[in-house]
Amino acid sequence: MIAESLLFYIVGALTILTALGMVTSRNPVHAALWMVSNFGLTAILYLVLHAPFLAAVQVIVYAGAIMVLFLFVVMLLGASAVSSREPIVGHRPLAVAGLVALGGLLSWAVTRGASSALLPPELPEGFGSPADVGQALFSHWVLPFEWVSLMLLVALVGAVMIARFKRTKREGEEVGQ
Amino acid sequence: MNGALPLSSWLLLTTLLFVIGAAGVLLRRNIIIVLMSVELMLNAVNIALVAAARAHGQIDGQLFVFFSLTVAAAEVAVGLALVVTIYRSLGRTDVDDINVLHG
Repeated sequence: MIAESLLFYIVGALTILTALGMVTSRNPVHAALWMVSNFGLTAILYLVLHAPFLAAVQVIVYAGAIMVLFLFVVMLLGASAVSSREPIVGHRPLAVAGLVALGGLLSWAVTRGASSALLPPELPEGFGSPADVGQALFSHWVLPFEWVSLMLLVALVGAVMIARFKRTKREGEEVGQ
Repeated sequence: MNGALPLSSWLLLTTLLFVIGAAGVLLRRNIIIVLMSVELMLNAVNIALVAAARAHGQIDGQLFVFFSLTVAAAEVAVGLALVVTIYRSLGRTDVDDINVLHG
């Protein structure tokens, strides 16, 4: 059996590489491809962490649904022209300074605050399996589960309304002209 | 050899991923890539939650990730609807061009 730490270093390094590729790529389609590889690697990290159900959900929801949504919009909009206008003066140096501060602070907090004890080698039987997650979801977390379904409905209606309102308005304007 | 890593190594990895995502949000100007970077940040936090669940042997951390995935899906749907609307009214998808309060 492959050691957890070996997988962690290999997959972790690849995750960071794909994240950097996503943030630095000029073409949105390339960024989307980097993102899907990043999400696939995250699913492997979930497997290493004994979360097989979440790994499956990660692939289905993130690498499947969210990905397709992004690609749809990228293809719908096409390659948009990049504005040549200068953003806020000093925006970039300020952002980089803030990011360095954020990274330093978080790393400091993590190395100081988080326990350096090794992760326990033994877990309850079937930890993270669909049965285990489902048991917790429909007993202790059943009320949040219902709220989340309501939130999804609201988001669904909201997305349709936002994307639809402008079109009817524009059609009305054209008729007016 | 199994489980030979401390929780702090996992949290350092997620910190790095989170900062990369934040860099994308702050430095990129294409609004679609900004949205993708937000997803990257959410993803980093999800890994941290799963690692914490693993460290404590508690399933609740994984349930948090389940809910955060749902919120991320809703956020992407609404966010991309907004992007499409912005593109329809401005003809661009650049964050620096979204500086007017009227359509």
